[in-house]
Amino acid sequence: MSTREPINVVARAEAFIQQDHIHEQMHDGFLWATMQRRDAEAAAVPEWEELRELGSHIKEHTLTHLDEYLTQFEANATTRGAQVHWARDAAEHNEIVYAILQDHGVTELIKSKSMLQEECAMPPYLAQRGITVIESDLGERIQQLDGQPPSHIVFPAIHKTRQEVAQLFARTIGTDPNNDDPHVLTEAMRNNARPRFLAAGAGMTGANFAVAETGTFVVCTNEGNADIGASVPPLHIASIGIEKIIPRVEDLGVFLRLLARSGEGAPLTQYSSHFTGPRKGGELHIVLVDNGRSRRLGMADFWHSLKCIRCGACMNTCPVYRRSGGLAYGATYSGPIGVILDPTFDEYKYSELPFHSTLCGSCSAVCPVKIDISDQIFKWRRVMANKGYLPLAKRLSFAIAGHVFAHPGEYHALQQAAVPALDHAPHFLLYNHTLNPWGREREIPQVAKQTFREWYLEHRRSHGNQNVES
Amino acid sequence: METRTLSRESILAAIRQNLPPQRVSRPQIPAFPGPDRPLRLLFEEHLTKAGATAHSVGSPAEATATLTTLFPSAKVVCSAVPEIAGTRRAEDMHDPHALADVDVGVMRAQFGVAESGAVWVTQEDLLVTALGFLSQHLVVLLDPNDIVSDMHEAYRRVRLHETAYGCFMAGPSATADIEATLVHGAQGARSLDVFYLPRT
Repeated sequence: MSTREPINVVARAEAFIQQDHIHEQMHDGFLWATMQRRDAEAAAVPEWEELRELGSHIKEHTLTHLDEYLTQFEANATTRGAQVHWARDAAEHNEIVYAILQDHGVTELIKSKSMLQEECAMPPYLAQRGITVIESDLGERIQQLDGQPPSHIVFPAIHKTRQEVAQLFARTIGTDPNNDDPHVLTEAMRNNARPRFLAAGAGMTGANFAVAETGTFVVCTNEGNADIGASVPPLHIASIGIEKIIPRVEDLGVFLRLLARSGEGAPLTQYSSHFTGPRKGGELHIVLVDNGRSRRLGMADFWHSLKCIRCGACMNTCPVYRRSGGLAYGATYSGPIGVILDPTFDEYKYSELPFHSTLCGSCSAVCPVKIDISDQIFKWRRVMANKGYLPLAKRLSFAIAGHVFAHPGEYHALQQAAVPALDHAPHFLLYNHTLNPWGREREIPQVAKQTFREWYLEHRRSHGNQNVES
Repeated sequence: METRTLSRESILAAIRQNLPPQRVSRPQIPAFPGPDRPLRLLFEEHLTKAGATAHSVGSPAEATATLTTLFPSAKVVCSAVPEIAGTRRAEDMHDPHALADVDVGVMRAQFGVAESGAVWVTQEDLLVTALGFLSQHLVVLLDPNDIVSDMHEAYRRVRLHETAYGCFMAGPSATADIEATLVHGAQGARSLDVFYLPRT
């Protein structure tokens, strides 16, 4: 047993919320606005619910035939001239990528956003081996320059204020620290990045979808940065999780209609790029990565999480994520989808994440491929409880609650004592920072003077019904 | 090479061992009723929302004139279409790096999609794919008769097995990565203008 501790998501969330009165409200506001745009887009498509059902169904079909579709994808991509590699885990993925770069004498590469490459911790691995890795997505680049992982899978730096970005750019690329206009900052990064795009020896991308029928993979971006990486350097390497496979070209119609509407509230991302074999004059390598996915496929309660198309809608709608920020989760994947994916990588390390949820079910309601996210969060709580991984405070209170609920007499006695006690409880005790971090920004509701049971007994008696057990 | 084969086999074996017991059949994608408004109107509406602009040009001469009006100070206009000459021909470009100084890139899209305002361009339309991404501004010719209603119809038209690269472009490069503020021209093109010009 190692001495490491689970990620303390409550403390990390509190750090985000408590830093000032700006960050939490700003973060909440941006993501909620995105959610409202999503709702408007979804409402404008009459067949929206049918598309969600189809998306879910196609993914379930693919995942239950995954071996067949993967080999079909490999065969078609190979016929088109791509070189296909297979990686069992993160280490093997990184070794394959490094070997390809070494073969081509590449020392500087540009990459677009890839959650899988984050998951594999590829950028630090390559950096340690003397390869300069430049993030080309603006949000990712901000996070890279700040030495932080992305906090959101679609908006990596959404937890930062413009002033923070201005200070960061002033430190790292020499801009005016007092000019925090997003237009000016974006332009400064464009001009800083372009020479590096032209000098890079390779471009790396991820993939949103991989089509078995044609050996094509699709990358969706708004900046066009993935396309620069794929069209300018002579070498293109794409990392693709094995769950990204879909059977046919026509299936793309369903998923592209769902993806950007769900994730950002637009009908489509600015660029939806389809790569089928290397471009004219280029070389293309595809690394198909398992890294725990095949094992997840065998988990009866959790394999549906493999349907995820990484749109981020569950994060934008989640009342807990919107307030705690993505870095609180201390993992590659944050928000509701992170809560159900991260424990499959390390149950102990991420054992507190399933409790970072209100189980309100909003995530399941917006998921474009109908993953039962909130049900899975609940099931993960059960897994953690069975393994004895419950957070200490919960272990204590659940043990007491278990005893009290099993003994009705004690429950009633406690209830009668608690109501007046709450009335007179000192504020400093209820809002104790350590015992109850949730209390810091909240007032508890007024407690009724009479419990329901007291009211019921009195009410029933007044109606002459004596048949009430006490 | 041997370890690669091993990895492939071990991944496929693990998948086969873990396949969920109930095999789910492949659903049929039904034909959805299209919009009841004119496609060109819808296309323009979405194109505008995505930050692009549509122009009606009656002839190749008018197209060139409109381009000059829009970009009076452009020094390098790299064209991949016969209708607009430009100052440089895309077919003469072989190294994508040579496109780094292009002010305006000109290409023809195969069709547009009404529900998103996107246009479909392939490697064959761009001649050098980097033309679509290193150019500071883009001008895209589109036959107004080549507009489909939605992505389902769009995917019936694309021929992925015949092109190494194809892209639905819905306007210029955009980002909202700093305080969710929309900025055009993040890394790729700063602007995108669609010229309605029938194929000749």
